[in-house]
Amino acid sequence: MPEIQMREALNQAMCEEMQRDPDVFLIGEEVAEYDGAYKVSQGMLAKFGPMRVVDAPISECGFAGLGVGAAMVGMRPIIEFMTFSFSLVAFDQVVNNAPKVRHMSGGQLKVPIVFRGISGPGQQLGATHSWTVDALYTHVPGLKVVCPTTAYDAKGLLKTAIRDDDPVIFLENESMYGLRGEVPDEEYLLPFGKADIKREGTDCTVVAWGHGCLTALAAAEKLHKEHGIEVEVVDPRTLRPLDMPAIIASVQKTGYCVTVEEGYPQCGIGSEIAAQLQENCFGYLDNSVIRVASLDVPMPYSKPLLQHVLPGVDRVADAIKKAIYFQG
Amino acid sequence: MPWAMATPTRTRGFFEALFFHVGTGFWGFSCGGLILALNGKGVSVTTLVEPQQKIDPSPSQMMDWYRQMVLIRAFEMRCAQSYQQQKIGGFCHLYVGQEAVAVGSIAAVRPSDYVITAYRDHGHAIARGMDIHPLFAELYGKKTGCSHGKGGSMHFFDAEKNFFGGHAIVGAHIPLATGLGWAAKYRKEDRVVLCYFGDGAINQGSFHEALNLAGLFKLPIIFMVENNGYGMGTHLHRASAVTDLKLRTGDAYGIPGKDVDGMDCVAMYRMMVAAAEYCRKGNGSIFLDVKTYRYRGHSMSDPQKYRTKEEVAQYQEHDPIGRLEKQLKDAHVLDDKKVTQISDEIHARVEAAHEKADADAYPDTADVWSDIYANPYGDYKL
Ligand SMILES: Cc1ncc(C[n+]2csc(CCOP(=O)(O)OP(=O)(O)O)c2C)c(N)n1
Ligand SMILES: [Mg+2]
Repeated sequence: MPEIQMREALNQAMCEEMQRDPDVFLIGEEVAEYDGAYKVSQGMLAKFGPMRVVDAPISECGFAGLGVGAAMVGMRPIIEFMTFSFSLVAFDQVVNNAPKVRHMSGGQLKVPIVFRGISGPGQQLGATHSWTVDALYTHVPGLKVVCPTTAYDAKGLLKTAIRDDDPVIFLENESMYGLRGEVPDEEYLLPFGKADIKREGTDCTVVAWGHGCLTALAAAEKLHKEHGIEVEVVDPRTLRPLDMPAIIASVQKTGYCVTVEEGYPQCGIGSEIAAQLQENCFGYLDNSVIRVASLDVPMPYSKPLLQHVLPGVDRVADAIKKAIYFQG
Repeated sequence: MPWAMATPTRTRGFFEALFFHVGTGFWGFSCGGLILALNGKGVSVTTLVEPQQKIDPSPSQMMDWYRQMVLIRAFEMRCAQSYQQQKIGGFCHLYVGQEAVAVGSIAAVRPSDYVITAYRDHGHAIARGMDIHPLFAELYGKKTGCSHGKGGSMHFFDAEKNFFGGHAIVGAHIPLATGLGWAAKYRKEDRVVLCYFGDGAINQGSFHEALNLAGLFKLPIIFMVENNGYGMGTHLHRASAVTDLKLRTGDAYGIPGKDVDGMDCVAMYRMMVAAAEYCRKGNGSIFLDVKTYRYRGHSMSDPQKYRTKEEVAQYQEHDPIGRLEKQLKDAHVLDDKKVTQISDEIHARVEAAHEKADADAYPDTADVWSDIYANPYGDYKL
């Protein structure tokens, strides 16, 4: 299987779906002539022309709404937010219009739209530019939320997102665009609500996705090397729907659970997982679930401060040790 | 004080006249500096705000501006170097080429007036009189930074100097300017607000909502679009349905607009003296379409495929610093020797501030918990 970067995988997914379905188009800031602020849409303007790969003015509320409207009459827009921090300018379109039109029309209308772009604290961009929006959007009924960790997942899930008849939030990560992974030549789609075990283990379940999953995998490797602890890393891949059965099955095996996310701890995804675990498999837990998240503060600019706020490998490893009562 | 130079001249007013309704659309024309723009109701919004051509800034004032502009440029060039050396993180947007806008405009107002801008904020901070050491320190993420390392390049603040940031979300600070203006008007304070933003920002809803509020409430705000032709890689013509930007405010929101040559510090100053006077008299807001150009890329990682080297060179021929330098030389207050002397002096100052900031300490990691609430509810930690 050829190894490609995650940005190429996303690019392939969009191109294939645009070739397949003339109703699919991409709109966003700098997606066309600039080839994308992060080069995800590289070459797409040349392939599909300016009606299908569209440079928008800096009007997030406007073009997100344009997408929802076009979706109401059956088009399949892909809205690129340069980062999801800028989606907040369009919050009403994303959380009110997109996911509510089907419901309020009594099912007469559908909104098959994909909002995609970077989520995550990025590289010292300051508080307003550093949003991890996973929990914000996962909170909303009517939205689906996807957060891939590998190039393979990214391609298969984005194709599914584009074909899905509901609004999908597709969360990418700037520092992962260049990561390489194997992606088959032949077409494939990946289902929503289906977790992937990124590392098998018997001692502790760690639930993590996106960039946090890479941190979790690094922590697992470290604990394996240093202490022979075998961590199972469960990547839910989609946060809504969330594959609780897979998480529960893993916890039933290990008896312990740690969640890792780059968003905030209060009302985070980890909080939800912990709550569902205690509701559904309390008897299997040999300790309380431990959440690892960014510290509960705005993202500071200064590098040492930011590093302190973000959940790094050591913090995750320590949480796992604490969860399994490891002393040593 | 430069603002003390503002002598009262011709009466400025808000000139309104009734015109016939023209279809359902609107149209506008410009004649001899008198700008008429008709809105759909047939009411003309007209401005007689003209630059204060009669005001000749003194040579010492102009020398002061010259030094400020040279300082801004030297500061920015050092930033470019520091960014390459990875002393600066995140995004860093340089002001090179646009110096005359901040310098010429801030020179025309008082320290008590409010200033707010977007993320390309280094020039405004310096023109506002902020010391460059805390600016370097902020860029390097140090505790001594003007925002204690919390803000970075895009978030310079100095409350004492009435400098309200440094804002990174495009368009988000424009409504804040209406709040500053509202407070000044409410408290009957003699203040105006200087609000700067880019040509890309005028397509945000926040811009239009803010302009309508300012027009409706007649708030004392000078809205300045630093029209450098590009929002990132997108030319104004590919982003804006109407590119004569004053037409987007005069007709729509009753806020008169003027074009200004932002590469000419003196022109900028003259326009601003008039604009500030107009606002101080309670006439409401002004919109200035300031034509300028950025020489560097949008941020530090911009291959600039959207423009040619020739285009950049063309604008550099009208360099704001070179222009003022020539004006000062023509007035025999500056010569080549003095130019070199000023340049050396300023570069040494910049280097010293950079070195000091570079040696400063980072904030304590415990500082991540400060500057969040006035009354913290305790450390919520995992
Ligand atoms: C809401 C929002 N959308 C997008 C961006 C990314 N962005 C930062 S600057 C910029 C271009 C702005 O151009 P302009 O307003 O002309 O200012 P200039 O950079 O020319 O000074 C863009 C798209 C952002 N910071 N905020
Ligand atoms: Mg611009």
